[in-house]
Amino acid sequence: MNLLQIAAEEEQNPLVPPMPELVIGLIAFLIVFALLAKKLLPRINEVLEERRAAIEGGMEKAEAAQIEAEQTLDQYKAQLAEARHEANRLREEAREQGAALIAEMRAEGQRQRDEIIAAGHAQVEADKKTASLALRQDVGTLATELAGRLVGESLEDHARQTRVVDRFLDELEAKAAAQSGTKAEAGA
Amino acid sequence: MSAADTTLAFDASCKIFVDGGCGFQSPGLHSFIFKPMFEIGGFEFNKPILLALLTTGLLCLFFWKAFASPKVVPGKLQMVAESGYDFVRRGIVYETIGKKEGEKWVPLLVSLFFFIWLMNLWSIIPLAQFPVTSIIAFPAALAGVVYVTWMTLTFKRHGFVGGLKNLTGYDKSLGAVLPLVMLIEFFSNVLVRPFTHAVRLFANMFAGHLLLVMFTVATWFFMNSWGFAYAPVAFVLVMVMIVFELFIQAVQAYVFVVLSASYISGALEEAH
Repeated sequence: MNLLQIAAEEEQNPLVPPMPELVIGLIAFLIVFALLAKKLLPRINEVLEERRAAIEGGMEKAEAAQIEAEQTLDQYKAQLAEARHEANRLREEAREQGAALIAEMRAEGQRQRDEIIAAGHAQVEADKKTASLALRQDVGTLATELAGRLVGESLEDHARQTRVVDRFLDELEAKAAAQSGTKAEAGA
Repeated sequence: MSAADTTLAFDASCKIFVDGGCGFQSPGLHSFIFKPMFEIGGFEFNKPILLALLTTGLLCLFFWKAFASPKVVPGKLQMVAESGYDFVRRGIVYETIGKKEGEKWVPLLVSLFFFIWLMNLWSIIPLAQFPVTSIIAFPAALAGVVYVTWMTLTFKRHGFVGGLKNLTGYDKSLGAVLPLVMLIEFFSNVLVRPFTHAVRLFANMFAGHLLLVMFTVATWFFMNSWGFAYAPVAFVLVMVMIVFELFIQAVQAYVFVVLSASYISGALEEAH
């Protein structure tokens, strides 16, 4: 505490505060303090708070928008996947349906063809039968009629018939022979 | 401290290499005593007082211009003031005391910082060229404000006994040395603290001003015949010291406010 003793002894002591300066310094500081504490700093604090709120509000808004966008994107993706799935399902179904349809139509065609063929066969068979029946009847009648008309006599009598037929056949043979003979002479 | 017997500045006619002239007039305590500009009933109005009042005026003007009608999107002046305000608020108060408890003390510490800084800055401002804080009365007044603040706060927060425990660093686990520790703590916290708080600022600015004056006077003193060879050396040192002082002024203002904040923080601390 030597310093303080020296300070007390000397008149021009830099460590002993002169009263006027002490008071003036105090007042000078208190004026600045009062103005800042009571008036200016509350104002700037308010504005800083406002700015902080504005910035954070903006950030919150941006965050909300981001979340919403992500949600929408997810929704779209889900919808897209669903639609793709649905389309696949439909395509598969259509393919199955088509295949079934084709198979069915093929079976139907086969069946119709078989039917037509069977009907044709039956028709042909029936026609053949009718024809051969009719032919058989007609051939006898026609042949008899023709023969009757040709020989000009009744062939009721079997013997006569036989003779007539034999004669007819002989004639035919002779005719044929004669014809071949003339043909041979003419050829010679 | 009357003004009549003060030696003012130095004799400008004192030069080197002048036969029978005066020698180098080194600066001293007299460099910190000013002739009163005028007197009102024994009250002497001098240069430090003028500068102190100018400090108040300029600070009020600056912060009024900057913060009177603040905008969410700040102008240039508001931005500068805001960054200074933010520096003290976040850089000192929140760091030392904490955000929750510290907010209340922001105005005091912000005012202190800028007030002290500008008081220091006068040291290198042309025409003023005198750090007001190198007159012990001004740091003492400010340290007194801080001392009263944290002492009041200590007793308000902890009550009389709790406050005393806080001030003396009462800690049962110390056992036998507790009385000694309490004595030392009380001495250091209650008696010495305000003194060191004020003198730290005062002495730094005092010494800085002495150096500046010495090199400035030396530059002038050398400016005669062969002395011109030496003058530039002194002059360069003046420049160097100005830059150095610029740094010290800010640092001392910072240190003063950080200490104030830590004293307040100590007062708020729960007793161990």
